[in-house]
Amino acid sequence: MSSETLILIAVFLPVSGALLIRLAGRSPNLREVVTLSVAVLLFATVLLLLLGVQAGERPGVVLHEILPGLAIAFEVEPLGIIFGLVASGLWIVTSIYSIGYMRSHHEKNQTRFYVCFALALSGAMGVAFAANMLTLFLFYEILTLSTYPLVTHAGTEEAKRAGRTYLGILLFTSIAFLLTATIWTWNVAGTLDFTVGGILADKASPAVAAALLLLFVFGTGKAALMPFHRWLPGAMVAPAPVSALLHAVAVVKAGVFSILKIAVYIFGIDFLAGVSTAQVLAYVAGATILIGSFIAMRQDNLKRRLAYSTISQLSYIVLGAMLASPLAVIGAAMHIATHALGKITLFFCAGAIDVALHKKNISDMRGIGRAMPFTMGAFFVASLSIIGLPPLVGLWSKWYLALGTLQADELALLGVLMVSSLLNVAYLLPIPIRAFFSKPANGETFTGIKEAPWPSVAALVFTALGCIVLFFCAEPLYRLAHAILPQ
Amino acid sequence: MIEWSHHLPALQVVVPMLSAPLVMLLRSRGLAWAAATTASLFSFAIAIALSLGVLDGETFNYRMGDWPAPYGIELGVDAFSALLLLLVTGASTLALLAARHSLDAEIEAERQPLFYTAWLLALAGLAGIPVSADAFNIFVFMEIAALASYVLISGGPDRRALPAVFKYLIMGTIGATFYLIGIGLIYLMTGTLNLADMELRIHAVADLKPILVAAGFITIGLALKAAVFPLHVWLPSAYTYAPNVVTVFLAACSTKVAIYLLLRFDFFVFQPNLVGHDVQFTYFLMPLAVLAILIGSGVALFERNLKRMLAYSSVAQVGYILLGASFVSLAGVTASVLHMFNHALAKGALFLAVTCLATRCSGLRLDSIAGAARHMPWTMGAFVVAGLSLIGIPGTAGFVSKWTLISAALAEGATGGALVAVIVLGSLMALIYIWRVVEAAYFKAPEKGVAPLREAPPMLLAVTWAAALANLYFGLVPSLPISLSSAAAEILLRHVP
Repeated sequence: MSSETLILIAVFLPVSGALLIRLAGRSPNLREVVTLSVAVLLFATVLLLLLGVQAGERPGVVLHEILPGLAIAFEVEPLGIIFGLVASGLWIVTSIYSIGYMRSHHEKNQTRFYVCFALALSGAMGVAFAANMLTLFLFYEILTLSTYPLVTHAGTEEAKRAGRTYLGILLFTSIAFLLTATIWTWNVAGTLDFTVGGILADKASPAVAAALLLLFVFGTGKAALMPFHRWLPGAMVAPAPVSALLHAVAVVKAGVFSILKIAVYIFGIDFLAGVSTAQVLAYVAGATILIGSFIAMRQDNLKRRLAYSTISQLSYIVLGAMLASPLAVIGAAMHIATHALGKITLFFCAGAIDVALHKKNISDMRGIGRAMPFTMGAFFVASLSIIGLPPLVGLWSKWYLALGTLQADELALLGVLMVSSLLNVAYLLPIPIRAFFSKPANGETFTGIKEAPWPSVAALVFTALGCIVLFFCAEPLYRLAHAILPQ
Repeated sequence: MIEWSHHLPALQVVVPMLSAPLVMLLRSRGLAWAAATTASLFSFAIAIALSLGVLDGETFNYRMGDWPAPYGIELGVDAFSALLLLLVTGASTLALLAARHSLDAEIEAERQPLFYTAWLLALAGLAGIPVSADAFNIFVFMEIAALASYVLISGGPDRRALPAVFKYLIMGTIGATFYLIGIGLIYLMTGTLNLADMELRIHAVADLKPILVAAGFITIGLALKAAVFPLHVWLPSAYTYAPNVVTVFLAACSTKVAIYLLLRFDFFVFQPNLVGHDVQFTYFLMPLAVLAILIGSGVALFERNLKRMLAYSSVAQVGYILLGASFVSLAGVTASVLHMFNHALAKGALFLAVTCLATRCSGLRLDSIAGAARHMPWTMGAFVVAGLSLIGIPGTAGFVSKWTLISAALAEGATGGALVAVIVLGSLMALIYIWRVVEAAYFKAPEKGVAPLREAPPMLLAVTWAAALANLYFGLVPSLPISLSSAAAEILLRHVP
């Protein structure tokens, strides 16, 4: 099969999957089989594309030309394949996890849940493989709209309020800033194609470039850069698989991925380094990292603590993009994958604890390690990965990001990264430690093991092991990240 | 040899005009509907044939009774008028197809043939304006269209339509009279009513003061008809209390015909001849357009009646259309004409969805449609698609015109930057007011004691979805409206240095 066909399959397979899931809605077993097979097929397709990219190919396909020079088109390049692999690979794991979680939680409207999930994946694939800014914007909005029913899944007042903030912030920022920036770029550069080395160099005056960068970065609300981060903690009312795959991986990573892509392929890192607002934004990202961590420390609800941790971690990638030094960009690209693996494990664990023991607050989780050793073990491993300690994959992205700050001569931001790691220790590690070594708070006793259903436990153990394995096999990831830079 | 296609401009008016009395004679409402719809479909087909012909480079000039212009009556169709004809006849056809199932609730059966007669007269009048090449004939058609519209709007059961239509009547008549005074003055100075002839003869007029006065009268008169802010006060009530399908028809095309005329006069007759006519665009139309966008959208934010909300949105959209024209650049005028087309698509589809809602809901306030999406998913789906087009999300027709409009604004330098901000702000306000409808229909619980709704009749839904899908089609394949509007812009700017 030609690479062109493969790209189209990757983007449209989840859509057809959504249709099949809808048709199979009456029989839950068949429906889950469909979800899983579509997820596996999608991952296989992306793997095939990866082989081509590793061989140096950059296959592309034009789906439809709207106006001359303005097309819906796809192109596979290393950064896109990183995001595509992460999203499609973790979809398989999340689907397995969902089977256990959704059923034992007796969630309603499960068919709608799986349909929207598949549509969201289609949006994520479109974002990953977009060949120009217009296509990226289109799929970015599809991702927003298709995840909205997942946020409001519970149907409660709280869920509706959260959904309102979700759509409000994401649509507002994208239409007000991102779309304006896109049209402006078209006007300045005459093209929107993602090009190695950027399209704005020599064309945009310093003032225009500075304004465009602000519009692009704040317009990507999914990156949750402060002050446009409020939608993410609210979205935690969604079921755990949604928080895990979408709000730790697909949606938020689509945001930071877009920023990285804009930095590398619209501005080009050489040009970006000279844009006056890049440094400002790097400091905004630094502030988000620290403030996010401080807020995370004060949260007792586990999912909310993880959400603020995500806000903080996403800004690592924004920071890497805005530093515009080669090593920082490599670190940022790697962080898309490494953070995804760690954070999805943590969210899986939070959901598993909720299913097995009906606990949502950290203060109630003392001593639960005896009942849920696998879950809390995975939580411990993933926490270490988020903190960035060896032998876990989280180390590598922080390593290159730290080198990147030095390369860009930003010692203050290096300090931010180091302080942030300490804060991560402070808000993540007490949870598993108390789970294993403290006595249950209110006279509860845990006798025997009481884990979540096995598909869920298998999924979270798998991703936790992934954090360890990838530490030793991080080279392909590094090579992909390195290939983003102009050679 | 004269080909049959030669007669198309005349047929465009003659078909609906002559069908009107025939429809009146039909006693059964079903037959009357069928006859009116067939006539409208015929007109639509003629408009399509004319548009394709124009795109092929044909020119349509038709002399009534073969009397040569400027003595005889001349009809002419170019790209700009072809686009308008598509809008008028297309909107009429879709609205008539929708009327089959929605009109019974609003107008009793025995009055329906008369209603359809008035409809065809309105269609003949609105289609007559773009095909006429003669200022006085335009006035006649304008009056036919206006009188018929007054009848249509006041035809519904809502008594509040009567004061609304009275306001419209007074303001519409003032507008038409101003227009008439204007062309009277021009006639005094040039001795001609034929537009093409007028263009040439004004050059020879030594004293331009009367022409200047005429320009003032014509601009204000047409601005009244076009509901240019702040002369829009007749529009919201007229749209709100009219029968639903009438709103679909008029909202999609009636103000646009007046804007069409305004642009024709401004660019053809006045711009090349009056010194400093540019001032009108930069210091008169542009500020009004900006105010229309901001205030129209702003008021729509707070309206709780669906039709009134969309009516204020129309006031804002007229602003976008004028904004593009006020740049007096090829890109700007193209964007302006394109937005006429795309806005008609979006607003037509929105009002069709509202018609669907009206067949089932107890009212059209946001409270009355609470929870409607649960039982009317297709209706609300179409509303959302059309709403996205109104906001200007990529993939929809509205995006294409916002894109060209913003590109044109950016070419204007520093003012352009501020205008882009206005356009973006307008889009955001559209996002909010469309969102309020979505929120009510999808997330509010239905009022207590209301019987569960059902989905709208299939035929009505089919028409609504046809309009909604047109928004997607012309968002992805915009070559037809773009080539028509860029050709129209070239024609309009032919004389502008």
